[in-house]
Amino acid sequence: MHELGVTESIVKIALDKAKEAQASRIVKINIVVGELSGFVPDCIEFYFDFVSKDSIAEGAKLHFELAPAEFRCRTCSTIFHSHDSTWTCPECQSQSVEITGGRELYVENMEVE
Amino acid sequence: MKKIEIVQNILEANESIASQNQRLLDEYKVFAINIMSSPGAGKTSLILQTIARLKDKLRIGVVEGDFASTIDADKVKDEAAAVVQITTRNMSEQCALIANMVSHALKCLPLGDIDLLLIENVGNLLCPAEFVLGEHRRVVISSLPEGDDKPIKYPIIFADADAVVINKLDFLPYVDFDIAAFEKAIKRLNPEVKILQVSCKTGAGIENWCSWLLDELKANRTGK
Repeated sequence: MHELGVTESIVKIALDKAKEAQASRIVKINIVVGELSGFVPDCIEFYFDFVSKDSIAEGAKLHFELAPAEFRCRTCSTIFHSHDSTWTCPECQSQSVEITGGRELYVENMEVE
Repeated sequence: MKKIEIVQNILEANESIASQNQRLLDEYKVFAINIMSSPGAGKTSLILQTIARLKDKLRIGVVEGDFASTIDADKVKDEAAAVVQITTRNMSEQCALIANMVSHALKCLPLGDIDLLLIENVGNLLCPAEFVLGEHRRVVISSLPEGDDKPIKYPIIFADADAVVINKLDFLPYVDFDIAAFEKAIKRLNPEVKILQVSCKTGAGIENWCSWLLDELKANRTGK
């Protein structure tokens, strides 16, 4: 399990930004997680309650947006999404691809009061 | 209610500590390798083989990462110039080393007396892929008994590797491991990767692995 450290980072980012904005409560945090990243939203949620306890982030809703896996074909440069694990270029059928998306892990924005 | 735009990488804290680690390593001219694999693929065996071949040429330090025990550090302590064991059992990340753990390990090592630092990550093909440590090269070991489908099941760690070492070559007569298919699955995602075949048991291919390491170390020193 490696979501505890990540959850601590999320709470730190949220609390720092809330302080800057002089907010009194964090209502919702929107997080983008890439489909190919090794982070599990359920685990982040599980740790969040305990990491955010007694802070202005306690009780905040976590919303996860899944960023799809995206590839660039090294043969014809087509950018494509692939929903299976074959990751084959739909234009030229090449299998030589570069991963260009789906590894994200960032706090996009949040709602505060 | 108001909305605050943030767009901040959650792994930024780790990446920033990793950059500090690399600056410290560069200051002492230490070339660092992050060695990753599933448990039992041969990380410690490759480290021992590397030290045996290169200890007359380079001063080699080792960082051992494990969930529990000092078994690996005990195995290499008589061979390496210096060794530090990190046990992740009581840390916030247990399944992989993170930059902060390596930062502490570097403080315990005589960096001025080390040319090559071999960092043995926790045995796992998923989590170590997400955390950079400050290393100069990333190496993944896959062994024949694990099967040839690992690059398909765990693509990220292979996509980011500078070298992939196929270990336990002596098992080839006993297992159905298609080396050509395995290499193809990696190269489609990572065409620049160096793939080396070794047996830490018989010593086959270790010479080539050590040549690669020495070439990369030289390239790093000359800033290539």
